[in-house]
Amino acid sequence: MIPNDIKITPELVAEHGLKPDEYQRVLDLIGREPTFTELGIFSAMWNEHCSYKSSKLWLKTLPVEGPQVIQGPGENAGIVDIGDGLAVAFKMESHNHPSFIEPYQGATTGVGGILRDVFTMGARPIAALNALRFGDPEHPKTRHLVAGVVAGIGGYGNSFGVPTVGGEVNFHPRYNGNILVNAFAAGIIRTDSIFYAAASGVGNPIVYLGSKTGRDGIHGATMASAEFGGDAEEKRPTVQVGDPFSEKLLLEACLELMKTDAVIAIQDMGAAGLTCSAVEMGAKGGLGVELDLDHVPCREEAMTAYEMMLSESQERMLMVLRPGKEAIARAIFEKWDLDFAIIGKTIEPKRFIVKRHGDVMADLPIMELGDEAPVYDRPWVPTAPAAPIDPADIPLPASIADTLMTLMGSPDLCSRRWIWEQYDHLILGNTHQRPGGDAAVVRVEEGPKGLAFTLDVTPRYCEADPVEGGKQAVAEAWRNLTAVGATPLAVTDCLNFGSPERPEIMGQLVGCITGMAEACTALAFPVVSGNVSLYNETSGEAILPTPAIGGVGLLDDFTRSASIAFKADGEAILLFGETRGHLGRSIYLREIQGREDGPPPPVDLAVEKRHGDFVRRLITQDRVSAVHDCADGGLIVTLAEMALAGDRGAEISAIPGELPAHAALFGEDQARYVVTCPAETADQLLADAEKVGVPAMRLGTTGGATLTISGHDPIYLETLRSCHEGWIPDYMADWIED
Amino acid sequence: MKSAIVLFPGINRESDMARALEMASGRAPEIVWHKETELPDVDLIVIPGGFSYGDYLRCGAIAARSPIMRDVVAKAEAGVTTLGVCNGFQVLTETGLLPGALMRNADLKFVCRDVHLRVETTGTRFTGGYEEGQVIRVPVAHGDGNYFADEDTLDRLEGDGRVVFRYCDADGNAGSRANPNGSVRDIAGILNARGNVLGLMPHPEDHIEPAQGSTDGFGIFMSVVAALETA
Repeated sequence: MIPNDIKITPELVAEHGLKPDEYQRVLDLIGREPTFTELGIFSAMWNEHCSYKSSKLWLKTLPVEGPQVIQGPGENAGIVDIGDGLAVAFKMESHNHPSFIEPYQGATTGVGGILRDVFTMGARPIAALNALRFGDPEHPKTRHLVAGVVAGIGGYGNSFGVPTVGGEVNFHPRYNGNILVNAFAAGIIRTDSIFYAAASGVGNPIVYLGSKTGRDGIHGATMASAEFGGDAEEKRPTVQVGDPFSEKLLLEACLELMKTDAVIAIQDMGAAGLTCSAVEMGAKGGLGVELDLDHVPCREEAMTAYEMMLSESQERMLMVLRPGKEAIARAIFEKWDLDFAIIGKTIEPKRFIVKRHGDVMADLPIMELGDEAPVYDRPWVPTAPAAPIDPADIPLPASIADTLMTLMGSPDLCSRRWIWEQYDHLILGNTHQRPGGDAAVVRVEEGPKGLAFTLDVTPRYCEADPVEGGKQAVAEAWRNLTAVGATPLAVTDCLNFGSPERPEIMGQLVGCITGMAEACTALAFPVVSGNVSLYNETSGEAILPTPAIGGVGLLDDFTRSASIAFKADGEAILLFGETRGHLGRSIYLREIQGREDGPPPPVDLAVEKRHGDFVRRLITQDRVSAVHDCADGGLIVTLAEMALAGDRGAEISAIPGELPAHAALFGEDQARYVVTCPAETADQLLADAEKVGVPAMRLGTTGGATLTISGHDPIYLETLRSCHEGWIPDYMADWIED
Repeated sequence: MKSAIVLFPGINRESDMARALEMASGRAPEIVWHKETELPDVDLIVIPGGFSYGDYLRCGAIAARSPIMRDVVAKAEAGVTTLGVCNGFQVLTETGLLPGALMRNADLKFVCRDVHLRVETTGTRFTGGYEEGQVIRVPVAHGDGNYFADEDTLDRLEGDGRVVFRYCDADGNAGSRANPNGSVRDIAGILNARGNVLGLMPHPEDHIEPAQGSTDGFGIFMSVVAALETA
């Protein structure tokens, strides 16, 4: 029996985010009242963020296997084989709650955490991306959040030295009280040199590496597992502070140490810090862990066991070393001026024992801490289907040209240059396709292989129909990889939703996972890692369901990748895929008509696969000069983006027929690609498409200073460019941080 | 040509620089850790870009006081060819090897984009392979690249032909719209009085292969190799 110096009251239990029945589970498990430190440990291990207690049952339905998969979900990052003895390790993670409270530090530590996940496995990070969702541009907090998050992502990635090569940004009032900051990182690793978290061998030293432990971030994971009330600002002390300089040193020191044979197991200290990392290392290896906190390097004086176990101070690692190798490890870490301390050992009894000043502060069953966390089959209701919309009921715009200008200068479709120019997207010298295209393309080492990366989800589709929206998010990531010529390999996901305790929100989660599973299976695009962020709601209003998908694809020769820019005048412009003029939930409907209704465009996965495989083959065979998929805003936005990127216009003589002009041009039908090719080869391409059942038509010809749709006013590229490039800089210029 | 890259903690463009040096000279550079006190015998010393010591004090200020820097300064003053790029340029100004200082960008934001530079002089060992007035395209990636020096210093730099690169537009016209950071007189790179030390903010080492979108930066490395191997 361990004496309790702090009385465990129902209020204290509630403050730790544990429900009465969950606390009863604790009592049943250990057969006594927990100590204060133990209560903190349970709170850290059993919160939603760490235990996945509401999503676990459904996550199991996702396909996670494939011949290319080396490591699926459950480790720090997923790992996929890319041949030549190399693999790509990647993962995406949310840092939503902290970024709303303190945008700069919330975003930096999100980036730092995901980079650490990747290099903990032994991979050197080669690319970072981010998916951001902000509230209404007119909301008084939005500018402050945009400025802070973008500066934070840049501040960390630029200093650490990883190129930030892409991502996505949306604005919607439903994110007013809860922004989303989802950070993705990928690294290259040798397949014969992958490091895991599972400890092995009794009596081996457990070593603490990296920065010192402070009082920052205590209860960060618990905070991220609850909805906000009106008091979000008061939670600022739960946000950690990032130090990219220390992380860069930690990266170099870890990779240097991994070249020796000293490391048995390694785990970074992320959410729930020392608690989570130590328990995971022990539990995965079927071993107990004993820690003596007196040896933990501390930044502040008189830290208690409770504080040390729950601190989320950044840039820290835990390792199990091979006995006798301590001196080698210590020398490397001292070279990099990092802390190195032996703070415990692996033990045979499957217990988690924590000592401070000679006293046992916690003595818990280590396997049960993770395994016996509550799992909930929460009640859910499916989202009611939205009533269909007939294009004939939607007014035609007075001018196609003016409408295009409005869309291209709207918050969701305007250029993101203001953002990505604050990110070093070129460091390491391997960035082949920069931000602004369908997917970023990064050379692997000295080539010729390349990797393509994209982040995608259309939350307004998920809101209308979670199953179709989940399918569409996966299909769009697959399509974006295809559009640069990459073979899609696997995905990571970041599932952002409101409170799972509400059946309609749980229904969104279930629906999106169902759709994702269907698409990942049909496209042979397994999920290898991911993260769930629930309770993204404030005072009862939830965010749009946002299951962000991070797609990774492989190119055998990165120099043959396709890009969106029109390359030459006089080339034929072709459309592959069927246009039905689907305006439900379109950007046109929202931005021009002020309506957000109707069902999202349906996704036919067999059609997706057929069209995508056909386009990828054309790219591999060098038969197309530019490729862009049709997404938000429809066909005309696709053409406008291709024209702006290539700085040359186009004459569009034919648009998909039998449809009102707005349905043909702004409809968001799926599985479509626009390509260009030399004019003399166009007929052959159209014939080849027909042979494999891909609907195809010639739209027109590249060239000139305007984008001209036959029968409509010409659209001058320079005017279009100033609309497109102007919105974010103008918006942010109207504001001075106080 | 033998070269050495000086490595401080927080430097992060050393691999980009090493690739450029190896491509140009056929020899991998030696990497010299900041805690060393003596450089190997090399023809070229390079301080690459990054965030030495996190840029937590003034950029480059701590690195300039590292143990290895005493020998870097001595060798540079003795005439060894020395190149500082981005954070390396900041370190060189902090040592006093180059005049002036690099302040926070005028718009207070980090900027990563391709810029155009006008080659102001070809009479240096770093620019012999370019044409006078040639416009090259290379990327910048920095938060503190706003070059400043007093008027007398600037006049002396200009008079001595020591302003080596100036920000300009694609047609070679200097002016505020082409200047990414607010540098005085659009200065992107300068030389010391003896002509053996060059500092510049842009990253020529990231534009050396067609895969990177341009090879314009390779001229600096080829120029140095040509100058040092015929010397």
